[in-house]
Amino acid sequence: MLKILKHSAKRLALAAALSLGLTSAATAVELTMYYPVAVGGALTKIVDGLVADFEKENPDINVNAIYAGNYNDARIKALAALKSGEPAQLSVMFSIDIYELIEQGAIVAFDDVVKTADEKAWLDSFYPALMENGRTQGKTWGIPFQRSTIVMYYNKDAFRAAGLDPENPPATWDELVAAGKKLTKKNGDNVDQWGAMIPSTGYPYWMFGALAMQNGQTLMNGDGNETYFDAPATVEALEFWKSLGSDHGIMPAGTIEWGTLRQNFLEGKTAIMWHSTGNLTTVKKNASFDFGVAMLPAQKRRGTPTGGGNFYIFKDSTDEEKAAALKLIKFLTQPGRTGEWSMKTGYLGTRADAYATPALKAYVKEFPPAAVARDQLEFATAELSTYQTGRVRKLLDDAIQSALTGSKSPADALGAAQKQADRLLKRYR
Amino acid sequence: MTRRSTMMSVYGWLLFAPAAIFLIAFTYYPTLATLAKSFYSQGTALRPAEFVGLENFEYMLDDDVFWQVAWNNLIYAIGTIPVSIALAILMALWVNGKLPLKSLARMAYFTPTILPMIAVANIWLFFYTPDIGLIDQISRLFGFPSHNWLGDPSTVLGCIIVITIWKEAGFFMIFYLAALQSVSPELEEAAKLEGASRWYFFRRVLFHILMPTTLFVLINAVINSFKLVDQLFILTKGGPDNASSLLLYYIYEVAFSFLDQAYASTLTVVLLVVLALIAVGQFVFLDKRVHYQ
Repeated sequence: MLKILKHSAKRLALAAALSLGLTSAATAVELTMYYPVAVGGALTKIVDGLVADFEKENPDINVNAIYAGNYNDARIKALAALKSGEPAQLSVMFSIDIYELIEQGAIVAFDDVVKTADEKAWLDSFYPALMENGRTQGKTWGIPFQRSTIVMYYNKDAFRAAGLDPENPPATWDELVAAGKKLTKKNGDNVDQWGAMIPSTGYPYWMFGALAMQNGQTLMNGDGNETYFDAPATVEALEFWKSLGSDHGIMPAGTIEWGTLRQNFLEGKTAIMWHSTGNLTTVKKNASFDFGVAMLPAQKRRGTPTGGGNFYIFKDSTDEEKAAALKLIKFLTQPGRTGEWSMKTGYLGTRADAYATPALKAYVKEFPPAAVARDQLEFATAELSTYQTGRVRKLLDDAIQSALTGSKSPADALGAAQKQADRLLKRYR
Repeated sequence: MTRRSTMMSVYGWLLFAPAAIFLIAFTYYPTLATLAKSFYSQGTALRPAEFVGLENFEYMLDDDVFWQVAWNNLIYAIGTIPVSIALAILMALWVNGKLPLKSLARMAYFTPTILPMIAVANIWLFFYTPDIGLIDQISRLFGFPSHNWLGDPSTVLGCIIVITIWKEAGFFMIFYLAALQSVSPELEEAAKLEGASRWYFFRRVLFHILMPTTLFVLINAVINSFKLVDQLFILTKGGPDNASSLLLYYIYEVAFSFLDQAYASTLTVVLLVVLALIAVGQFVFLDKRVHYQ
């Protein structure tokens, strides 16, 4: 009896060992990826679809794509996971988090992960304007995924009603003011329709980056240790923004809420709105009127910051995981896929050859607004990004809001912000 | 010590252990760790943390945003605590008596409490939206002009206070309702016989009977005035220009947006000290005036 027991025990052990050996040979690489969604629409479903396609083509890689809220939340979650010992291997995070992530020692440069000459060339195959926020110290740290520019949405029906040419939206600051005055419809003390709305909550520094660039001024340098908040051209840009509400009356005075702006536009409360191109598909689906999309108006030149999220690979991962992450990133940024992403959301196709694919070519032909953000890349500049980026950004946000609500003059507000930013950035120079 | 009493001690400590573990892990250890962290600078990959003594506290006293936030929190506390308690007593008195559809009224008052604050904030975001929002639409019927409620630094804190009162009054009402149910009806009958008005009866009798509940509700309201900041994430993010920022929200911003955990620890220590002082004050001063049965 004991002999039989021993015999079966031996067989069981052998079977267990064999099966263990087999499974360890077939162990998939596990990737965890956090990604944010910053615009309206069912984007999580689209991401899940793309990831499922990747897993089908690569059965030895398992991807767990976790929706992480907005850009702030995604960064917090990814860094918290890092500290807790169960890090993600890659994530989509704000393009401007780059200095913060480098300072925390959280990410690796793509130059250290790519091996073949092809892969090295791949790093240069994206739109240069989109790579500005992802490059520093001569290396590439972020690869564009969901990138945008600000565009000007306008209500063509409202233009016609006001006697303006719907195919000729304002192209300069003066034209914007003139059109806005015609489009603003008053009803006693109330305003039924505002001429324009530029949101000043949520991401006010982003909108302001556009105005400053249009006035020929960037907000920071390429090394992340200097800001130009109190340059004369910057102050002029903030004075112009304020004047739209307080002097010309084409925009509500005070701050304008980012979260309700799209609703305001769709309900006809404003004839023009400045918003991310990532809203394009949602606006297209829900607009009950004829609308158009145009590049932002120029003052000394046209200008817009880029926006959106890049792919980052985390340092705390094995070489195998880094290689798998690179594979996933290359898959998700293939011309066909970034084109598909662009069509479903309104974000930019991140590379020129995406716009040469038949699907995106046909889409752009049938829906020209989809190409506005791409055409505007020619005039685009990097989004505000420095060391201590959270604090510096908040300084500028507070300055903008205090100027727009009238509690400080633009010159005073920006001067104070610049002084504090200098104090923070001094030690990085 | 006898063996039996030793065993009883062991049992005692074992029974106490689960609660002790949780308390130590989630309350006492974090408190001490935060206090310790507030004396160090914020470390980064390039520059590890070092002991800096009271430097973080000096920085905090210099920080304009901190003073703005502290002032906002004071206004927030003064705005929410008395009004929500008074409203809770009123609502409880009203739904306690004979009322058709009493259950419906009680449920209606309690519903705001059940809703998560984030959902509440999203709803109120559209209430407060200028022109197309509910509040402006109603005020327009009365001829008032539209107003940028959340974008105007002078009204934004008031708007946040309104939302908080709306949310917590129903919660406090439940406690008062329970207390009122246990009041003997003979008291009210006796007062009626003597010819006392309802206000006199409330002021001289009912209010003092409700004192234990009021003490409990007061403590809750004070804690809430520091704790309820969730709506800020949706409505204003502390703006415009920190006009609606509260201490706990500022701590979150410093810790997770600026990634400066040393300064966040400093602010947390301040928050803990303030709450401790208020708690001690409440128990010492109010306990004397509370009549327990």
